[in-house]
Amino acid sequence: MTESQAPLWARLSSRALPIFGALAVITLLLLILQALTPIEAGPLEVLDAFIRSLTARGELSPRKLGNVVEFWIPLVLVSMGLVVTFRAGLWNIGVEGQIVMGGLFAAGAAFSLADLPPLLLVPLCLIAAMIGGALWALLAGVLRTRFGVNEIFGGVALNALANQITLQLIAGAWRPRDSDKAQYSRDIPEAAMLPGIDRAFDISLLALILAGVAIVVVLLLLNGTRWGLNLKATGHNARSALLLGVPVGASALGAMALCGGLAGLAGSQRILFTDGLVTSQFSGGIGFIGLLVVLLVGMRGLWVPLVALLFTIILNAGTQFQFIQLDSSLTGVLQGVLVLLVMLFSGARERWLHHRQQRKAKAI
Amino acid sequence: MDDQLINILRTLVATATPLTIAAIGETLTERAGVINLSLDGSLALAAMTGFGVALLSSSPELGLLAAMAVGAAVASIIAFANIGLRLDQVAIGFVLTLLAADLAEFLGVPIAGQPGPGMPYWPLPILSEIPIIGRIFFDHNALVYFSYVLVIGTWFWLFRTRAGLAQRAVGERPAAAFARGTRVNRQRVLYTVAGGALVGLAGAAYTLSLRVGWTTPPSMLGDGWIALAIVIFGGWHPFRVMLGAYLFAGLKALAGALQGTDIAIPVTLLNGLPWLLMIATLLVVSSGGVERLLRLLPRRWQTRLRSVLRSDPPRALGTRFDEG
Repeated sequence: MTESQAPLWARLSSRALPIFGALAVITLLLLILQALTPIEAGPLEVLDAFIRSLTARGELSPRKLGNVVEFWIPLVLVSMGLVVTFRAGLWNIGVEGQIVMGGLFAAGAAFSLADLPPLLLVPLCLIAAMIGGALWALLAGVLRTRFGVNEIFGGVALNALANQITLQLIAGAWRPRDSDKAQYSRDIPEAAMLPGIDRAFDISLLALILAGVAIVVVLLLLNGTRWGLNLKATGHNARSALLLGVPVGASALGAMALCGGLAGLAGSQRILFTDGLVTSQFSGGIGFIGLLVVLLVGMRGLWVPLVALLFTIILNAGTQFQFIQLDSSLTGVLQGVLVLLVMLFSGARERWLHHRQQRKAKAI
Repeated sequence: MDDQLINILRTLVATATPLTIAAIGETLTERAGVINLSLDGSLALAAMTGFGVALLSSSPELGLLAAMAVGAAVASIIAFANIGLRLDQVAIGFVLTLLAADLAEFLGVPIAGQPGPGMPYWPLPILSEIPIIGRIFFDHNALVYFSYVLVIGTWFWLFRTRAGLAQRAVGERPAAAFARGTRVNRQRVLYTVAGGALVGLAGAAYTLSLRVGWTTPPSMLGDGWIALAIVIFGGWHPFRVMLGAYLFAGLKALAGALQGTDIAIPVTLLNGLPWLLMIATLLVVSSGGVERLLRLLPRRWQTRLRSVLRSDPPRALGTRFDEG
């Protein structure tokens, strides 16, 4: 019996096996950490931190759920963009810099057009953000397609440069008037800020709608259009030329621009809603987390929103870790271990299925 | 030559040492056809472990060994995933680089900012007495001298021994190497783990030699990516790889020296320079610009220069080989 003939429950549980395996290993690692190091918190305390990061007085807290959704929005935008670039066979590690440039363009538009009414200013800021992200992505794309510079290295360098540009702006043109510290910029004008729904459930409805639109548009583009099919073909060819790349052409540039635009939008949500000003590390590493999300779902776009939610919950639990004497960098470790183990278990499962099939074929 | 310039050059050599060791380790791995993309995180985790062990045992040598073990362990995950489980090298390497960097930060919390033992200062007798050169190259610790030996040794290994020839064959034409009796995948595992151990040693070179101690965020973050780019810029050739490492270290030493003077250059520009240089070097070797320049020269020079300047990756780099 091959896998596709198995009943649905068997297929689903077989797919879920790597995830349970990964959770078991993480539990074991936390137990070892508890036993061998001065750290007192174990798996139960970590689980409790997860629960407390979502609840207040035993009930789901709308405010805490709002925090999760607020971070989920930019993560989904970025991850959907990355599904497109992965489909084109491109490793868009530069997505982190594209988020930053999007945020900076949005802030730039907000500062320079502050006199416009909100109804005009907010859309202009969002468009500026998409342009900023797309331009930074196209830079990496052109380096790759025209000059053969691998997008991984071009992207890493452009990420670092985007961070330096942020620092330069914070210390220079956007420095707060009453301060000489270069930690953050002055406040974004009120008219450019995305409105929140409610104090108790503080998310931006506009950003949420944009994230929903992005999910639908990307899924339709990839699965329902000729462009999406072309992209897939490009991707398969491009994988064979890894380091000194062959030119992969216009559809790859289109994929980069789309991903950069979505990343830029994600960056603008951080600036125009979450932070309200520009800080030195305002992206919060969403780009790298997005790459992990897409690697975990094996580039199948449909699962992205769900897995992104899982990662956001892990990240959000980090705010509770300090109460049990754990450094919040544990969130990154948990996410990394989860993705690594799921990849390893999935690989092992594939090998096992392959071996079993070969044995059966021999027996016949 | 005045003292200040000698001091800058001496700093340059010290700065270039971890980069050189890391890039040579990666060169060994990639020459066998495997990409270890986890360099940036591996360096951090090995640097943290190396300093941590040195601190606990008061022995920097033990720290070096621990760091090498960490580098080798991370690399062996890549080898196992790629060769045993047929997963994508780049994907696994990328996940590992993030994971290792976060793990270093998480586990390094208790030792961050603490003073600890470093590699003992050891000016080489006689050699360090040579005017100028001695002070620049032979007035350091054992790790720095090891990097010189490593570069020459790697060149000799790759281009002057049978084993090195077999290694290059595994990276260039694994099918042909296999037909001639080379155990391709066993070789790949071997060089991935050995290269990883060198990357681990490079990590320890940051926290036990260049600047003793562990900080959050780690000072070497980003250097792993630069080392990976140096391997490409160096055309997978030990001497050119070393040249690349010294080029980047030179830029750092220059930036450090400029910050002390009254020449007004924004700090952000100085910090951005290595990344601009990274793009520029990759542009030069990847865009075919070198080839176009070569064609302008007389034919006799062309062939000779081409063999020195060419930057072709090992043909089977990043691919899997099924021994069937």
